[in-house]
Amino acid sequence: MIKEYLTISEVSGPLIIVEKTIDVKYQELVEIELSSGEIRRGQVLEITEDKAVVQVFEGTTGINISNTKIRFLGKVIELPLSMDVLGRIFDGSGRPIDDGPQIIAEKKLDINGNPLNPYARDYPNDFIQTGISSIDVLNTLVRGQKLPIFSGSGLPHARLASQIARQAKVLGKEEKFAVVFAAMGITFEEANFFISDFRRTGAIEKSVMFVNLADNPAVERIITPRMALTCAEYLAFEKDMHVLVILTDMTNYCEALREVSAARKEVPGRRGYPGYLYTDLATLYERAGRIKDKKGSITMIPILTMPEDDKTHPIPDLTGYITEGQIILSRELHHKGIYPPINVLPSLSRLKDKGIGLNKTREDHANVMNQLFASYARGKEAKELAVILGDAALTEIDKKYVKLSDEFEEYFVKQGEDENRTIEESLNIGWNLLTIIPKVELKRIKDEFIEKYLPTDITTEDKDINVVKG
Amino acid sequence: METAKITKVAGPVVVAKGLKNAKMYDVVKVSNRKLIGEIIELNKDLATIQVYEETSGVGPGEPVFSTDMPLSVELGPGLISSIYDGIQRPLDVLKASSGEFITRGAEADAIDRKKKWDFEPILKKGDKVISGDIIGTVQESSIVKHKIMVPYRIQGEIKEIYKDKFTVTDTIALIEDQEGSIHEIKMLQKWPVRGSRPYKKKLPPIEPLITGQRVIDTFFPVTKGGTACIPGPFGSGKTVVQHQISKWCDAEIILFIGCGERGNEMTDVLLEFPELIDPNSGKPLMERTILIANTSNMPVAAREASVYTGITIAEYYRDMGYNVALIADSTSRWAEAMREISGRLEEMPGEEGFPAYLGTRIASFYERSGRVKCLGSDDREATLSIVGAVSPPGGDLSEPVTQNTLRTVQVFWSLQDKLAYKRHFPAIDWLTSYSLYLSGLSEYYKKEIGEEYIETRDKSMALLQEEAELEEIVRLVGIDALSTHEKLILETARSIREDFLLQNAFDVTDSYSSIKKQFLILRLIIMFHENAEKVIKNGVTIEKLYALPVKAKIIRAKLIEEKNLKIFSEIEKEIVSQISSTTD
Ligand SMILES: Nc1ncnc2c1ncn2[C@@H]1O[C@H](COP(=O)(O)OP(=O)(O)OP(=O)(O)O)[C@@H](O)[C@H]1O
Ligand SMILES: [Mg+2]
Repeated sequence: MIKEYLTISEVSGPLIIVEKTIDVKYQELVEIELSSGEIRRGQVLEITEDKAVVQVFEGTTGINISNTKIRFLGKVIELPLSMDVLGRIFDGSGRPIDDGPQIIAEKKLDINGNPLNPYARDYPNDFIQTGISSIDVLNTLVRGQKLPIFSGSGLPHARLASQIARQAKVLGKEEKFAVVFAAMGITFEEANFFISDFRRTGAIEKSVMFVNLADNPAVERIITPRMALTCAEYLAFEKDMHVLVILTDMTNYCEALREVSAARKEVPGRRGYPGYLYTDLATLYERAGRIKDKKGSITMIPILTMPEDDKTHPIPDLTGYITEGQIILSRELHHKGIYPPINVLPSLSRLKDKGIGLNKTREDHANVMNQLFASYARGKEAKELAVILGDAALTEIDKKYVKLSDEFEEYFVKQGEDENRTIEESLNIGWNLLTIIPKVELKRIKDEFIEKYLPTDITTEDKDINVVKG
Repeated sequence: METAKITKVAGPVVVAKGLKNAKMYDVVKVSNRKLIGEIIELNKDLATIQVYEETSGVGPGEPVFSTDMPLSVELGPGLISSIYDGIQRPLDVLKASSGEFITRGAEADAIDRKKKWDFEPILKKGDKVISGDIIGTVQESSIVKHKIMVPYRIQGEIKEIYKDKFTVTDTIALIEDQEGSIHEIKMLQKWPVRGSRPYKKKLPPIEPLITGQRVIDTFFPVTKGGTACIPGPFGSGKTVVQHQISKWCDAEIILFIGCGERGNEMTDVLLEFPELIDPNSGKPLMERTILIANTSNMPVAAREASVYTGITIAEYYRDMGYNVALIADSTSRWAEAMREISGRLEEMPGEEGFPAYLGTRIASFYERSGRVKCLGSDDREATLSIVGAVSPPGGDLSEPVTQNTLRTVQVFWSLQDKLAYKRHFPAIDWLTSYSLYLSGLSEYYKKEIGEEYIETRDKSMALLQEEAELEEIVRLVGIDALSTHEKLILETARSIREDFLLQNAFDVTDSYSSIKKQFLILRLIIMFHENAEKVIKNGVTIEKLYALPVKAKIIRAKLIEEKNLKIFSEIEKEIVSQISSTTD
């Protein structure tokens, strides 16, 4: 029997305190009925013998101490799931907003999930070709990886994410795939960009969207990604699909968490974010992966905008400590007109090493990657020096490195929004660039690969043509 | 068994009323789901409990059961090659019993009760024994001989000792003490994790722990029994260095604790270690390894415990007389778990919200390392080394976990993201890292390799320091301001960085360098430098020297296999002849 309470004693920020409670459980789902008849939902955050602290997802505006009814539903938050979720759009709490019918649940799952036993994991090592050179060659994405995009306001992370969603494929395999998209506090325009892009390419049929917009309740953002990941787990591990999850914008998620923490008067960690932000984010990000003896997988691309482009801010910082690398966008490249403006040096894919090489991409991949990184880094360093002292201060060899780094940005990093390069094409562009520096400088590449792949007699014009043809 | 009632639930912290006889750090079972918890605060009849499993769905009024036992680990044959969570539940067994996801209240014995081991007695009936004496052995894995020791606080005379196949709970010997009472000795023992295991005496460490990582062994070595920390921002290479040490170091037992880190990193170890061959024993690495995996998404209280679980098991193998290395990735996550629990207890926070006792906890953890004389009458010596990763927020080393760690450990490997961005790995900064063991190990190196090793190393470090100063000048006035000799120093320092320090963990040959090979590579570089110094006085240009064919051989010297080390002397000859030919 569900008891109804009329005993709110305090409303503070997104929290309400309910007194005289009996038999209420931690994290129990709560229904709040306002005097207007409006129903909101919440969750128990703390429970003592006769008092429950409840966080209200839709906010506490309009909640009144004397005649708001509280019902504890005796269960945790669950998401109804079936294959019919594909092609549907839901709000941030999982209610349909696309005029379609309610989902008839084949299964209802606790949105918090359970931690995956590390022993049950299978190591992600299937190369995903995104068609983007700076990702495929240098920061390779593999199936089951969590690879966030660290962006800044005004940078084209949405375009990049949807290009990845559009082009991503595992070579030589045709398998069931799906995209699960969770929007947290983004603008209507940005959400609409994804939705229409998915429509344009037909991906919408294979997508599930959970959308909490900037003007939707902030606290709801705490459950939106959990809804999306529960849905992804269902599709991946019960329905054998390869699921790509896009979470945007994690910064808004963390701010919602901070709001609740502040309302609970918890001791804040850095910049007011709660001390458990790392653990909380880990319970989201670690839901990506592969499981032994299961066909499906969850590959995750969380997007976050770094406040003031600062990657030491707690949100990107803690994210980077959990995810398996990061793709960092650069405002400088963006201003130079380079799309995608991926800053390859601080970007990283930690799972690349087992996803590349012979039988995966190409035998020379690791060597080319290391050489390009080292050479580009040296060119950039020399360029910095030249800014202070002028070109004359550079040695001949450093001038060549500068040239290499300029052309690297122009031909390798820069590419079209609909340009889908094969891994061979990307590697070959890399080799072309390496002809700029003397052969002895190719310290990171094995002689046999230099013999086999280094082009002879190539001019800048050729390179250009090569790229266009590619 | 006492039962009490829950009065409050706040995340992993639960308060219960009515446990009158409970002691601090006793294990309790929470609610009818029997979630495992530990008492961390007692106040009149209220006990505050940290729960090692997710508490959702638990509420006031539900029962709490006492066990009257402190949180303990099980010790005995069967530990090697296992993978445990933070409170020593075997993850492979849990997967078999409850599936891919860890469900709550799952229980499993840490050590298999059914498996039979061949017990080989060493002592015989009538022998007098004291605590720590080895009464017999069991071949636990192809590498590890498990030594069965007389448990702590037991001594007397062996009344019976059996030779047979036994399970860990069978009686293998009887010992009669002075009072005439008989103790049944079993292979399975228990030890509370929060107290360190006793030894006779601590001794200063004298030998290096050889890791096969050039920058570490040559410039910033850690000792067997020593402590090292490796702080660095995300992606700077802490985990890779720690995996490298676990793979290649010359300890006999490795304990790797994945404390609040990624699940896939544990999978990586699980898949890779059985395949890799230990250069010292010639057997698969997994045969000497124990894993503790309490990943970031697993309950935070169990993360706090994982470090203690790991070190207690490590001490147990040390007590057998082994050289044990404990690798913890990352101690910051452990500290954060303490902070989270402390926050829920509404304790007065210290710096950055960490509890005021953070420093003491870190210090007493590292204090459990060391070279010791073990209990037992044979006076055997053993070591326990600790290498801890630290993950400072924003890479800022002034934060409390790093600072408290640096106060205790003797070796500091400083990772720089600037080096990582250039893909200079391991990204250990040679200018800011240090090892306080360096001078103490000189004797060892002199004996093992020769005086020249130390000279070569010191010379190389001096060149790297000079490079930093010269680069400063270049930044201000350009490269042309330098003399030929100074330009040579820059080139040699570059060679030390790229041809020696840089070491690719993912290249089969480069992944591990013996101390001998480390010396040989470094000697090539210094030899080239010294010979070049002579000829540049006669006007030979850097460019000309740089173009010598032998230069390419120096670059690739790190890829020379251990079995072909004689190639080095040929390259040395070429260096001498080619450089002297430049003056012709
Ligand atoms: N010795 C090495 N050789 C080659 N690559 C390396 C080496 N060390 C690190 N790397 C590269 O750097 C990446 C990041 O390293 P690692 O995962 O060890 O970082 P970390 O410091 O542990 O980061 P986090 O704090 O986020 O866990 C690796 O995935 C690898 O690509
Ligand atoms: Mg790591």
